[in-house]
Amino acid sequence: MNREQLLAEINDIFKDAFMDDDLVITEETNAEDIEDWDSLMQITLITTIEGKYGIEFTLDDSLAMKNVGDMMDLIIQKVK
Amino acid sequence: MYTDKMPSFMELQKASRNKKQEIEDYKLAILGNSSTQHLAIAIKGYAKLFDYKIDVFDADYDQIDIQLLDANSDTFAYKPDSILIYLTPEKLYEDFVSKDSSGKMSFADLYIEKIENYWSLVRNNSKSIIIQNTITEYDDIVFGSFGGKTRSSFLFQLRKLNYLICERAADAKDVYIVDYSSVQNNVGRSNLLDPKMLYMAKMSVSLDVLPIYAKRTVDVIESLRGHVKKCVICDLDNTLWGGIIGEDGLSGIKIGNLGSGHAFEDLQVWLKQLQQRGVLLAVCSKNDDHIAREPFETLDEMVLKLDDFAIFVANWDNKVDNIRYIQKTLNIGFDSMVFLDDNPFERNLVRENISEICVPELPDDPAKYLTYLQSINLFETASYSAEDVNRTSQYQIEAKRNELKLQASSYDEYLKDLQMECEWGYFDALNAPRIAQLTQRSNQFNLRTIRYTESEILEVIDNPNKIGLYFKLKDRYGDYGLISVIILSVENETAFVDTWLMSCRVLKRGVEQYVLNKITEISKSLGVKKILGEYIQTKKNQMVSGLYNELGFTQLDENKWELSLDNYEMKNSNIREVGKDE
Repeated sequence: MNREQLLAEINDIFKDAFMDDDLVITEETNAEDIEDWDSLMQITLITTIEGKYGIEFTLDDSLAMKNVGDMMDLIIQKVK
Repeated sequence: MYTDKMPSFMELQKASRNKKQEIEDYKLAILGNSSTQHLAIAIKGYAKLFDYKIDVFDADYDQIDIQLLDANSDTFAYKPDSILIYLTPEKLYEDFVSKDSSGKMSFADLYIEKIENYWSLVRNNSKSIIIQNTITEYDDIVFGSFGGKTRSSFLFQLRKLNYLICERAADAKDVYIVDYSSVQNNVGRSNLLDPKMLYMAKMSVSLDVLPIYAKRTVDVIESLRGHVKKCVICDLDNTLWGGIIGEDGLSGIKIGNLGSGHAFEDLQVWLKQLQQRGVLLAVCSKNDDHIAREPFETLDEMVLKLDDFAIFVANWDNKVDNIRYIQKTLNIGFDSMVFLDDNPFERNLVRENISEICVPELPDDPAKYLTYLQSINLFETASYSAEDVNRTSQYQIEAKRNELKLQASSYDEYLKDLQMECEWGYFDALNAPRIAQLTQRSNQFNLRTIRYTESEILEVIDNPNKIGLYFKLKDRYGDYGLISVIILSVENETAFVDTWLMSCRVLKRGVEQYVLNKITEISKSLGVKKILGEYIQTKKNQMVSGLYNELGFTQLDENKWELSLDNYEMKNSNIREVGKDE
């Protein structure tokens, strides 16, 4: 999976979830960078990503995701 | 336009963050024994998405005791219309496992006391209605199926506690159940609980099921606000039976307990149950009238008979016009009607032309009609009284009255011919359920549309400054039962009409004139000098905007009128007063 393309797809999920069409994220983006990214939003994001890629994160995976890059690493690892 | 498609949690979450300024006219506070944030967001989002105008206050994690024990808590300061007390089995289990064997055996008995204490605290510190959830069943499988008959198992105690909650709520007039346990029965525990979310965020309900919880909660609130479904309009061919009567004939249609007829039979059985609890049934079918009626008249397998329907419309006109005709005849709002039709074209046509009506998206396979309809919980209600049972026959009798009206030489003559008799009385415990129900259901002839629960009606009885009156009407064709309610607040020689409502089934009978005579008579006897009336406009009560003018009140400002009792002349009426025993 192409990392650049994946980032773009996740960016789209974020735009939708945070209702912000101008939102631009990087691999370093984390919960402190986006105001509405609270623990409940974290769950929404995880569930949405799981659904989109047909994968399942473990509890430890979910707790370990500190930024967008972490999410991408796990997606690439699981989708393979 | 109506849809029964369930939104995703993300859609609800987004709707809940919608900053658009709205005027919410209902306030719900949520108190839970665990995390409530996700539930609050789901309910808030659901209400916003479907324009229910409900504001939600979330007390946050495990706040029940703290908030309820303090009369000045944020929850009570918020002045909620209702308080949802939300209990999850995970939290109860923590409590349960810490007990010794005898503590386990008395767990439900002790816990119900705790819950009833919550209810008392709400009563003591507020006027809120209590919404109590049933607890989703969690079986720790420590005993296997044996746990079902083992008093010291969690499953045994949890089932008992749910039973006790319902039993105590049945006796409490201000406690309503929101049946989350029933939701779990439908979706299954493995869908309800997402273990990862439980450990990440202490969420006892998965994101997939939260929208269903939100809907069920809003359903209860809406029924408390008087928004209930009163009528189911049914198509016939491939909806109430399999096949097309006009083509397949009596012997060709599928109904009865064999093969696919069984699915239609079960749907009819269910509709009959709804009818018996007061929901009106109507037929709207594209057929020749006599052909459409024949199966009901001749086939033993038909569970529904012609007299189960309040109105039967079979012709070749379009269904939108026919449904409008049904609405006019029954005189209930489109938003209180459900339309069942197997044909997606007809469904869309009706939805597009009558935006308020509820048109469920019936599955393609008739085998799934019933389970689908049950899964979307259309028939929430906040009351049930004996009069509900007779509702269909009341509407049928109305048709006979209309015949008389056509024969009478004048309207006054018609009213005389009806031989109307009225029985009135002060509020009492016996009639309180029906009185509360009328305040919740009447939308059109309702001057101020104040909703009362049964316990609030009982409070009126005990309040020396309030006078509650009910009126029952009978005529030569039948008994309407309790059809009008008055609540007066008396202060300084003035009687303010807090509530004046009347069932639309008795419009234009002179009941309002008779009722006003009675109001003045009783008020005078209490030394009252003038009656003060107010009209609060809603979407539906346009018909009474001019009532006080018509009755000879003097207008004070845009919405207020007064009537001086000094020179009040009794209005003419064709209604005879009868005592309670006659």
